[in-house]
Amino acid sequence: MSSFTLISAALRRKKTRTFLTFSSVVFAFLIFGVLSMLQTAFSMGAEIANEDRLVVRHRVSLFQLLPQSYEADMEEIPGVVDAMHMTWFGGVYQDPSNFFMQSPVEPAEYLDMYPEILVPDEAKLRWIETRNGAIAGRALVERLGWEVGDRIPIQPTIWRQAGRGDDAWEFELVGVYDADVEGFDQTQFLFRYDFFDEARSFGRGQVGWFMVRIADPDRAPEIAAAIDDTFQNSAAETKSESEGAFAAGFANQVGNLGLIVTSILAAVFFTILLVAGNTMAQSVRERIGEIGLLKALGFTSTRVQRLVLMESVTLVTTAGFLGMVLAVGLERVLRPALAAYFPGLFLRPEDLLLGLGLAVATGLVVGIFPARRAMRLETALALRRL
Amino acid sequence: MSETSFSDTAAGNGAAAEAMVDVRSVSRTFHRGRTPVPVLKDLTLRMENGEFLALMGPSGSGKSTLLNLIAGLDRPTGGEVIVGGSPIHRLSERKLAGWRSRNIGFVFQFSNLLGALSAERNVAVPLLLTSFSARERRRRVDIALEIVGLSERGKHRPRELSGGEQQRVGIARALVNDPMLLVCDEPTGDLDRATSGEILDLLVALNRDHGKTILMVTHDPVAAERASRTLHLEDGRLAECGHDGTVVVPVHEPAGAAV
Repeated sequence: MSSFTLISAALRRKKTRTFLTFSSVVFAFLIFGVLSMLQTAFSMGAEIANEDRLVVRHRVSLFQLLPQSYEADMEEIPGVVDAMHMTWFGGVYQDPSNFFMQSPVEPAEYLDMYPEILVPDEAKLRWIETRNGAIAGRALVERLGWEVGDRIPIQPTIWRQAGRGDDAWEFELVGVYDADVEGFDQTQFLFRYDFFDEARSFGRGQVGWFMVRIADPDRAPEIAAAIDDTFQNSAAETKSESEGAFAAGFANQVGNLGLIVTSILAAVFFTILLVAGNTMAQSVRERIGEIGLLKALGFTSTRVQRLVLMESVTLVTTAGFLGMVLAVGLERVLRPALAAYFPGLFLRPEDLLLGLGLAVATGLVVGIFPARRAMRLETALALRRL
Repeated sequence: MSETSFSDTAAGNGAAAEAMVDVRSVSRTFHRGRTPVPVLKDLTLRMENGEFLALMGPSGSGKSTLLNLIAGLDRPTGGEVIVGGSPIHRLSERKLAGWRSRNIGFVFQFSNLLGALSAERNVAVPLLLTSFSARERRRRVDIALEIVGLSERGKHRPRELSGGEQQRVGIARALVNDPMLLVCDEPTGDLDRATSGEILDLLVALNRDHGKTILMVTHDPVAAERASRTLHLEDGRLAECGHDGTVVVPVHEPAGAAV
């Protein structure tokens, strides 16, 4: 028998009340886990961004085009190692709900720029050999049930083919890519730029944005400024920024997710403080005689305070831990199911630790006032409540 | 064969030579707002080691206040309280708590057991404050339950026990640290006559066979009759009673004069 026996006895005293409080805390931490996952999913682009990559886009918006010839100009700028371009295709596969990102790229340049993408050599070769060849991420292929060799028709919404009206573009899936970085987008559909450029009905020689690899990440702001200076006062001025800043800006188009998540969590935890705090206060109020008894038996005021505090921490931490375990369980279910929509949907270890830290802190805050009250009780007066 | 005492000497750890309780010119005044309310006035009491003393008196006479002072639950406004040779009126709150855990066993009107714990775990609660090994704790709980005649009921929860059995568990809890003084506040106040008799038999046996010094506050003259001496407290002053309840000797002279 230990002090924990007394804590356990106190928690089992009013089982229904303890269960309800416990459940509300479990639910709060489950919400915490789910919101953390969502935040990670939306911010993953910024988190896994390479420090040595810049994104160069039209100064007005991402959807304004830039001349492809900028690529060669940028490669002349000191500090720039390599540049490549991408373009938003925005087509529809069968149904608009099957949304995924499509872009024409130059295969060799793209694979050089993104070493984290893993494509089998055979697929690379087929991609270079096949003019309408395309590769797609593993999550996308699994979601849509594609197989290598399939013909993939994509209905244009922007880029129609010259002389073919609204006819679908037809690509051949020549390979599937994986990624060796957690959270990397495996839902992209990438096809050859030369095929796209020749067939499109307008905008030849125009591209959406450039990815630029730089030699020294510490010089990123300076090189970005040099790129923008190069194209200043041209017909298509540029805006250059790090890949991380670009991804964060893209995610924030949905709204300031960090603020939204923090606000929801603040509301949830404030409610938990009230619910669990009320439970603890009520529990101590009902046990004044019992606390007097413990003091009479020789428990010091400090020890009684510690017991009440441990009771509160045990209640909230156990519930918080269970909530986080449920969140991990939910992640195990949701992650494969939603990988094609939210490639970065996972619970990071630091969020798990933060959750457990929050649980301990909440337990302490909730218990501090009832514990102080228990500590200050005068033994003789408390015994009258027996 | 089971043991029926905690230490080699059945008389426990009481101080043999000195008085067990020596209350000298004690006063205790409470305050109701700004108004002082004196409850005990210049009260003197001596209680010998191994004595079973009953303390009677009307409600509000200060019985519980005196009990609290002797048990180290409260401090006097004036005077000295020496128990087992320790001047407990001088101890800090922390030291007083430690002293209580080692020297005082409390029996209350209601057994006040923790409902979620078995009888044996309730008995073991005071042992949480000791450094005894698990085996020694187990031994002490077994002995305490044996003394109160509940060896077979240790695994039962309080709600599975009768009122008398619950009070016995409360007494076992009071005994488990082998205290030198048992302080009983209306121990039979919540029990029927037959069960009260059983509890009083037990207290008498603890006093007679185990050498426990017992101070019992009671309203019940029948209970008081079982003690070896009865004191009457009224208006903050003590008087000794005969077994018929009549006051025979005032007890506010210098220590020892009244006994």
